Amino acid sequence: MTTIEQSGIDQTARPAVLGDGPVGSFVAAVADWATSTDHKKIGRLYAGFGLLGLVGIAVIGVLLGLERTDDSANILPGGSLLQLFQLHRVGLVFLVAIPLTLGVAIAVVPMQIGARSLAFARLALTGFYGWLGGAVLMIVSLGGNGGIDGGNAQMVDLFLAAHGLMILGVLASAGAVATTVLTSRAPGVTLRRVPFLTWSALVQALALIVAMPVMFGAIVYLFIDHRNAQLAFGGALGIGDWVGMFLSQPMTYVYALPAFGLLAEMLPVAFGKRHPLRQVVFAGIALVGVAALAGVTRQVTFPVDFGGESADIVPDLVVMAFFLGLPLLGALITLAIGAMVAKPGPEKIRPRITSPLLFGFLGVGMVIVGMLGTVLNAIVDLDLAGTVFDEGAAVYVAYGAALAMIGALLFWSPKLWGVQVPEKKVLPLALLGVLGTVLASLPHYIAGFTGQAAAAGTYEGDGSSTILNGLVLAGHGLMALTVLAVVGAIASSRGGDDPGLNPWCAHTLEWSLPSPAPAHNYAAMPTVRSAEPELDQTPSTEGSPS
Amino acid sequence: MTLALPAGPAPAPRRQVFVGTALASVAGATLIGGMLAIWALMRERVVSRGERFPVDYIIPEVATNVMLITVCTLCLFAQWAVYSARRQDRAHTGLALGVVLIMGIAFVNSQAFVYVDMGMPLAETSYATMFYAITGTMVALVVAGLVYTVVAAFRSLGGRDREVEVISAHAMYWYFVAAAYAAVWFVVYVTK
Repeated sequence: MTTIEQSGIDQTARPAVLGDGPVGSFVAAVADWATSTDHKKIGRLYAGFGLLGLVGIAVIGVLLGLERTDDSANILPGGSLLQLFQLHRVGLVFLVAIPLTLGVAIAVVPMQIGARSLAFARLALTGFYGWLGGAVLMIVSLGGNGGIDGGNAQMVDLFLAAHGLMILGVLASAGAVATTVLTSRAPGVTLRRVPFLTWSALVQALALIVAMPVMFGAIVYLFIDHRNAQLAFGGALGIGDWVGMFLSQPMTYVYALPAFGLLAEMLPVAFGKRHPLRQVVFAGIALVGVAALAGVTRQVTFPVDFGGESADIVPDLVVMAFFLGLPLLGALITLAIGAMVAKPGPEKIRPRITSPLLFGFLGVGMVIVGMLGTVLNAIVDLDLAGTVFDEGAAVYVAYGAALAMIGALLFWSPKLWGVQVPEKKVLPLALLGVLGTVLASLPHYIAGFTGQAAAAGTYEGDGSSTILNGLVLAGHGLMALTVLAVVGAIASSRGGDDPGLNPWCAHTLEWSLPSPAPAHNYAAMPTVRSAEPELDQTPSTEGSPS
Repeated sequence: MTLALPAGPAPAPRRQVFVGTALASVAGATLIGGMLAIWALMRERVVSRGERFPVDYIIPEVATNVMLITVCTLCLFAQWAVYSARRQDRAHTGLALGVVLIMGIAFVNSQAFVYVDMGMPLAETSYATMFYAITGTMVALVVAGLVYTVVAAFRSLGGRDREVEVISAHAMYWYFVAAAYAAVWFVVYVTK
């Protein structure tokens, strides 16, 4: 069975009954997007709503920061604070990191491996609607006093059901991505030769397929128990104990995985070289996926009491090193081995610093800072449990992943929209984005050491806490500004000069496609003989990226 | 400017449906595994308090044993469908899929009998909510298998009997369901 659309059918053709006027055109365009099985459109739908979610979550971060700038303030209605904190935390994962990374994977991966379409494209589109519907219902439920420890029992039920719907949607789309990579590669594109982004998307999809059903199973229990008896799982208050690990580190590393793939892909392009140790980078990216095991085992915390008996420290350290150390090791391997292309050769090569590279590099840097923070959080003696420290780490990881995916959208904008955004417009935005991320996170690392409680509007603070929370407020604001500016830059670049086939001098297969890529990608099935087919075509360009 | 890549031969079909079903089965396995892990955790908490798990209700074990036999036997018929489809024997493929369908319905019927026979109100105890949650999820997986069987049967009877892949993937799904039910049977119905 195949899910490839019939070639030759004009996807934009519309029934005559709609007419040629603006209303007819609008309806036809909406219908085309809503029912399209073109993976690039499905991916852009995911990524577009992910960017919208990022702006929304950043605005909520601003509101929460406003509330916390005064340790005794009640700027927001007291009853809504609990729900806003939850929306912020759930949103970082389900409204930002997952849709952005999954969207980029769906839009780009089939082109990279020489496939004409996404496997089970209709399933992936259904998954998108499931995710979107679940996200809307989740926001509605929180608005109606639902959520963890919510006061409205029906809205708590809706909160759980919405999570179930989002998970099913994400699983459907992740399954489509994994199946595409495993079954639809063009001749010559072996798994050893797949681009780094494709590899990271495969690892992420498999990790989601392994871990997310465990969260779904917990939600089935919680939903039935909460709706009927409220005896087994602690009612509305107990929900966080059973699903919280999927919204926290180290599970969030899985949601950020394609960021590592993007950076690994950008570095050889910047230096115009083939990567010498591709398989080691693959292993590094796969090691980050080990974090999914935390979700599968429902491991919530990894405390290490260095002040305790030495006999107790070793087993605690082993567990912590497995769940927190291995993903961090994988991230560092990816970064270090990925950077081996910078090793000087006979010819001196100046790297080409592009906006996607900068977004990817800074985004991965932010994710790694979040990973390091999570390691610190596990040390009991530091007394960071229950403080805003963990929130800071979650924001580092989610915003870092988002920055990298913005870089991915800019990198593949010639294939997705047929535009290349001028570098002078977006290069400064990478710095603005990383400044926003640091401001939104680092002060919470510091406030964690001063003992500021997590998810609380009031705290025992002093003047320094007010300043720190004010900086967090500013950071979220800058992040929202960055996203709006990037979207504006892409929109304003439409109708500009033709970007050509390969404006970045990139190495992978999709750069042989016209810009923008047609609905079915490849008119004839390409054959590939190496991991860098574009370099095979133009050997003279190797070593001279600019 | 980059030169266009040369066209190559069309790739061999790589069993998209089979791989997709395998991934769905992995997801189903972690779903049931996760639910059983939570069940075991909650059971341990109850038993460590010196209480019985379940309280006051008797599970009709004969019915649950028959369900296990049914779902295991069902796999044989699903494999018979694969055997027949590979030989392009449409009659036997249809017959095997029909038997799979009937046995799947029998499984759901047996589960309904278990519910009725136990007569356990859903909102009464924590055991009840957990019992209905995990066994209901199992029934949902079986119903999904029944839908899969109907689709495979329509495709086979509709003349696409050369496409063995769907029938093979369908059989693999039932193997997964049988393994999942065996685990549920042991944890929920045998060890209680």
